Amino acid sequence: MIPASAFFILAALLFVLGVLAFFIKKDLLTQFMAVEVMLNAGNLAFLALAKTLGKADGQAIVLFVITVAAAEAVIGLAIIVLVFRQRKSIRTDDLKDLKG
Amino acid sequence: MAWAVFLILSFLCIGSVAAMILSRNQAHNALFLVLSFASLGGLFGLLDAPFAAAVQVLVYAGAIMVLFLFAIMMFNLRQGAPPERRRIRIVLAAGLGAILLAELVIAGRRAVLGGGGAASAPGRDITRLGELLFSDYLYAFEITSVLILAALVGALALAGKREGQ
Repeated sequence: MIPASAFFILAALLFVLGVLAFFIKKDLLTQFMAVEVMLNAGNLAFLALAKTLGKADGQAIVLFVITVAAAEAVIGLAIIVLVFRQRKSIRTDDLKDLKG
Repeated sequence: MAWAVFLILSFLCIGSVAAMILSRNQAHNALFLVLSFASLGGLFGLLDAPFAAAVQVLVYAGAIMVLFLFAIMMFNLRQGAPPERRRIRIVLAAGLGAILLAELVIAGRRAVLGGGGAASAPGRDITRLGELLFSDYLYAFEITSVLILAALVGALALAGKREGQ
Protein backbone atom coordinates (compact mmCIF):
# COMPACT_ATOMS: atom_id res chain seq x y z
CA MET A 1 0.00 0.00 0.00
CA ILE A 2 1.65 3.18 -1.17
CA PRO A 3 0.86 6.27 0.90
CA ALA A 4 -0.64 9.23 -0.87
CA SER A 5 2.26 11.41 0.23
CA ALA A 6 4.57 9.48 -2.12
CA PHE A 7 2.33 10.45 -4.99
CA PHE A 8 2.22 14.05 -3.78
CA ILE A 9 6.00 14.20 -3.68
CA LEU A 10 6.17 12.76 -7.18
CA ALA A 11 3.60 15.30 -8.38
CA ALA A 12 5.57 18.16 -6.80
CA LEU A 13 8.80 16.93 -8.40
CA LEU A 14 7.12 16.62 -11.77
CA PHE A 15 5.63 20.10 -11.51
CA VAL A 16 8.98 21.61 -10.59
CA LEU A 17 10.65 19.78 -13.48
CA GLY A 18 7.99 21.22 -15.78
CA VAL A 19 8.69 24.73 -14.50
CA LEU A 20 12.43 24.16 -14.94
CA ALA A 21 11.96 22.91 -18.48
CA PHE A 22 9.79 25.92 -19.25
CA PHE A 23 12.45 28.34 -18.09
CA ILE A 24 15.52 26.56 -19.45
CA LYS A 25 14.28 25.66 -22.89
CA LYS A 26 14.26 28.28 -25.58
CA ASP A 27 11.98 26.98 -28.27
CA LEU A 28 8.23 27.41 -28.12
CA LEU A 29 7.43 23.77 -28.80
CA THR A 30 9.44 22.38 -25.91
CA GLN A 31 8.12 25.06 -23.60
CA PHE A 32 4.64 24.00 -24.61
CA MET A 33 5.52 20.40 -23.75
CA ALA A 34 6.70 21.63 -20.35
CA VAL A 35 3.23 23.10 -19.78
CA GLU A 36 1.76 19.68 -20.50
CA VAL A 37 4.11 18.16 -17.90
CA MET A 38 2.83 20.64 -15.32
CA LEU A 39 -0.78 19.80 -16.17
CA ASN A 40 -0.01 16.14 -15.69
CA ALA A 41 1.56 16.79 -12.32
CA GLY A 42 -1.70 18.45 -11.32
CA ASN A 43 -3.62 15.44 -12.56
CA LEU A 44 -1.49 13.12 -10.47
CA ALA A 45 -2.17 15.17 -7.36
CA PHE A 46 -5.90 15.17 -8.10
CA LEU A 47 -5.96 11.39 -8.44
CA ALA A 48 -3.92 10.89 -5.26
CA LEU A 49 -6.44 13.07 -3.41
CA ALA A 50 -9.34 11.19 -4.98
CA LYS A 51 -7.92 7.95 -3.66
CA THR A 52 -7.16 9.37 -0.22
CA LEU A 53 -10.65 10.78 0.24
CA GLY A 54 -12.37 7.82 -1.38
CA LYS A 55 -14.33 10.01 -3.76
CA ALA A 56 -14.59 9.93 -7.53
CA ASP A 57 -14.70 13.72 -7.90
CA GLY A 58 -10.97 13.91 -8.48
CA GLN A 59 -11.24 11.53 -11.41
CA ALA A 60 -13.99 13.65 -12.96
CA ILE A 61 -11.80 16.74 -12.63
CA VAL A 62 -8.88 14.88 -14.21
CA LEU A 63 -11.10 14.10 -17.16
CA PHE A 64 -11.90 17.79 -17.57
CA VAL A 65 -8.25 18.76 -17.24
CA ILE A 66 -7.32 16.32 -19.98
CA THR A 67 -9.99 17.66 -22.34
CA VAL A 68 -8.97 21.26 -21.63
CA ALA A 69 -5.34 20.26 -22.23
CA ALA A 70 -6.30 18.75 -25.57
CA ALA A 71 -8.10 21.92 -26.63
CA GLU A 72 -5.20 24.01 -25.41
CA ALA A 73 -2.70 21.89 -27.33
CA VAL A 74 -4.68 22.32 -30.54
CA ILE A 75 -4.93 26.11 -30.21
CA GLY A 76 -1.36 26.50 -28.96
CA LEU A 77 0.10 24.48 -31.80
CA ALA A 78 -1.95 26.49 -34.29
CA ILE A 79 -0.52 29.69 -32.83
CA ILE A 80 3.02 28.29 -32.97
CA VAL A 81 2.46 27.34 -36.62
CA LEU A 82 1.35 30.93 -37.29
CA VAL A 83 4.42 32.33 -35.53
CA PHE A 84 6.63 30.01 -37.53
CA ARG A 85 5.00 31.10 -40.79
CA GLN A 86 5.60 34.75 -40.04
CA ARG A 87 9.06 34.58 -38.45
CA LYS A 88 10.49 31.35 -39.88
CA SER A 89 11.63 30.55 -36.36
CA ILE A 90 10.15 29.37 -33.08
CA ARG A 91 13.11 30.24 -30.89
CA THR A 92 12.07 32.65 -28.20
CA ASP A 93 15.29 34.61 -28.74
CA ASP A 94 13.92 35.70 -32.08
CA LEU A 95 10.65 36.97 -30.63
CA LYS A 96 11.73 40.12 -28.88
CA ASP A 97 9.30 42.70 -30.20
CA LEU A 98 8.02 43.62 -26.76
CA LYS A 99 11.51 44.23 -25.40
CA GLY A 100 11.92 47.95 -24.94
CA MET B 1 5.22 -5.36 -5.37
CA ALA B 2 3.21 -2.17 -5.64
CA TRP B 3 6.24 -0.25 -4.38
CA ALA B 4 8.44 -1.76 -7.05
CA VAL B 5 5.97 -0.78 -9.77
CA PHE B 6 5.62 2.69 -8.28
CA LEU B 7 9.37 3.23 -8.11
CA ILE B 8 10.02 1.97 -11.62
CA LEU B 9 7.23 4.08 -13.09
CA SER B 10 8.16 7.21 -11.20
CA PHE B 11 11.83 6.87 -12.16
CA LEU B 12 10.79 6.44 -15.79
CA CYS B 13 8.54 9.47 -15.56
CA ILE B 14 11.02 11.79 -13.81
CA GLY B 15 13.91 10.50 -15.87
CA SER B 16 12.24 11.07 -19.20
CA VAL B 17 11.24 14.61 -18.23
CA ALA B 18 14.84 15.25 -17.15
CA ALA B 19 16.04 13.82 -20.46
CA MET B 20 13.62 16.19 -22.17
CA ILE B 21 15.33 19.09 -20.43
CA LEU B 22 18.79 17.86 -21.42
CA SER B 23 18.06 16.89 -25.01
CA ARG B 24 18.07 19.55 -27.69
CA ASN B 25 16.19 17.72 -30.40
CA GLN B 26 12.49 18.49 -30.48
CA ALA B 27 11.44 15.14 -31.90
CA HIS B 28 13.37 13.36 -29.15
CA ASN B 29 11.74 15.66 -26.62
CA ALA B 30 8.30 14.67 -27.85
CA LEU B 31 9.17 10.98 -27.67
CA PHE B 32 10.55 11.38 -24.14
CA LEU B 33 7.30 13.05 -23.24
CA VAL B 34 5.33 10.10 -24.65
CA LEU B 35 7.32 7.78 -22.37
CA SER B 36 6.70 10.06 -19.42
CA PHE B 37 2.96 10.23 -20.06
CA ALA B 38 2.70 6.49 -20.57
CA SER B 39 4.38 5.81 -17.24
CA LEU B 40 2.09 8.40 -15.66
CA GLY B 41 -0.78 6.36 -17.04
CA GLY B 42 0.60 3.39 -15.13
CA LEU B 43 0.77 5.50 -11.97
CA PHE B 44 -2.87 6.50 -12.48
CA GLY B 45 -3.68 2.81 -12.63
CA LEU B 46 -1.88 2.34 -9.31
CA LEU B 47 -4.15 5.02 -7.86
CA ASP B 48 -7.27 2.93 -8.62
CA ALA B 49 -8.25 5.15 -11.51
CA PRO B 50 -8.37 2.81 -14.51
CA PHE B 51 -10.46 5.17 -16.62
CA ALA B 52 -8.08 8.07 -16.08
CA ALA B 53 -5.20 5.74 -16.93
CA ALA B 54 -6.83 4.70 -20.19
CA VAL B 55 -7.65 8.28 -21.10
CA GLN B 56 -4.11 9.32 -20.25
CA VAL B 57 -2.60 6.75 -22.58
CA LEU B 58 -5.12 7.24 -25.38
CA VAL B 59 -5.52 11.01 -25.35
CA TYR B 60 -2.24 12.27 -23.96
CA ALA B 61 0.37 9.75 -25.05
CA GLY B 62 -1.62 9.09 -28.20
CA ALA B 63 -3.53 12.01 -29.62
CA ILE B 64 -1.84 15.06 -28.15
CA MET B 65 1.69 13.84 -28.66
CA VAL B 66 0.94 12.78 -32.23
CA LEU B 67 -0.26 16.33 -32.76
CA PHE B 68 3.04 17.60 -31.39
CA LEU B 69 4.99 15.29 -33.69
CA PHE B 70 3.00 16.49 -36.69
CA ALA B 71 3.78 20.08 -35.73
CA ILE B 72 7.49 19.20 -35.44
CA MET B 73 7.34 17.64 -38.88
CA MET B 74 5.84 20.84 -40.27
CA PHE B 75 8.49 23.07 -38.81
CA ASN B 76 11.49 21.37 -40.42
CA LEU B 77 13.82 22.87 -37.86
CA ARG B 78 17.55 22.97 -37.97
CA GLN B 79 19.34 21.73 -34.89
CA GLY B 80 19.68 23.91 -31.85
CA ALA B 81 22.15 26.73 -31.64
CA PRO B 82 25.36 26.36 -29.59
CA PRO B 83 24.80 26.75 -25.86
CA GLU B 84 25.60 30.38 -25.45
CA ARG B 85 24.94 32.20 -22.17
CA ARG B 86 22.67 29.48 -20.86
CA ARG B 87 24.46 29.15 -17.52
CA ILE B 88 22.78 32.09 -15.86
CA ARG B 89 19.39 30.86 -17.08
CA ILE B 90 19.96 27.41 -15.69
CA VAL B 91 21.15 28.74 -12.34
CA LEU B 92 18.19 31.08 -12.08
CA ALA B 93 15.75 28.37 -13.09
CA ALA B 94 17.29 25.91 -10.62
CA GLY B 95 16.99 28.42 -7.78
CA LEU B 96 13.40 29.14 -8.68
CA GLY B 97 12.67 25.43 -8.93
CA ALA B 98 14.19 24.73 -5.51
CA ILE B 99 12.09 27.47 -3.93
CA LEU B 100 8.95 26.21 -5.64
CA LEU B 101 9.65 22.63 -4.57
CA ALA B 102 10.16 23.69 -0.95
CA GLU B 103 6.93 25.64 -1.07
CA LEU B 104 5.00 22.73 -2.54
CA VAL B 105 6.42 20.28 0.01
CA ILE B 106 5.51 22.56 2.90
CA ALA B 107 2.00 23.11 1.58
CA GLY B 108 1.58 19.43 0.79
CA ARG B 109 2.71 18.33 4.24
CA ARG B 110 0.27 20.69 5.86
CA ALA B 111 -2.54 19.48 3.62
CA VAL B 112 -1.78 15.82 4.21
CA LEU B 113 -1.33 16.19 7.97
CA GLY B 114 -4.36 18.44 8.35
CA GLY B 115 -6.70 16.50 6.11
CA GLY B 116 -6.45 13.21 7.91
CA GLY B 117 -6.41 10.24 5.59
CA ALA B 118 -9.56 8.32 6.44
CA ALA B 119 -9.26 6.24 3.30
CA SER B 120 -12.41 4.21 3.17
CA ALA B 121 -14.02 2.87 0.01
CA PRO B 122 -11.70 3.44 -2.94
CA GLY B 123 -13.28 5.01 -5.98
CA ARG B 124 -12.50 2.01 -8.10
CA ASP B 125 -15.83 1.43 -9.74
CA ILE B 126 -16.31 3.39 -12.89
CA THR B 127 -20.09 3.63 -12.47
CA ARG B 128 -19.63 6.23 -9.77
CA LEU B 129 -17.50 8.32 -12.07
CA GLY B 130 -20.12 8.08 -14.80
CA GLU B 131 -22.95 9.02 -12.45
CA LEU B 132 -20.91 11.94 -11.16
CA LEU B 133 -20.16 13.17 -14.68
CA PHE B 134 -23.82 13.14 -15.64
CA SER B 135 -25.23 14.54 -12.42
CA ASP B 136 -23.00 16.90 -10.46
CA TYR B 137 -20.70 17.79 -13.33
CA LEU B 138 -23.32 17.80 -16.08
CA TYR B 139 -22.91 21.46 -16.96
CA ALA B 140 -19.13 21.22 -16.96
CA PHE B 141 -19.37 18.14 -19.15
CA GLU B 142 -21.58 19.87 -21.70
CA ILE B 143 -19.45 23.00 -21.67
CA THR B 144 -16.43 20.80 -22.35
CA SER B 145 -18.00 19.63 -25.59
CA VAL B 146 -18.57 23.26 -26.62
CA LEU B 147 -14.94 23.98 -25.71
CA ILE B 148 -13.68 21.21 -27.95
CA LEU B 149 -15.82 22.44 -30.82
CA ALA B 150 -14.52 25.97 -30.28
CA ALA B 151 -10.93 24.69 -30.25
CA LEU B 152 -11.52 22.82 -33.51
CA VAL B 153 -13.00 25.85 -35.24
CA GLY B 154 -10.36 28.13 -33.75
CA ALA B 155 -7.48 25.95 -34.94
CA LEU B 156 -8.96 25.85 -38.42
CA ALA B 157 -9.41 29.61 -38.44
CA LEU B 158 -5.89 30.25 -37.16
CA ALA B 159 -3.76 27.77 -39.04
CA GLY B 160 -5.97 26.66 -41.91
CA LYS B 161 -4.93 27.36 -45.46
CA ARG B 162 -6.23 30.65 -46.79
CA GLU B 163 -7.73 30.87 -50.23
CA GLY B 164 -5.85 33.97 -51.25
CA GLN B 165 -2.36 32.74 -50.40
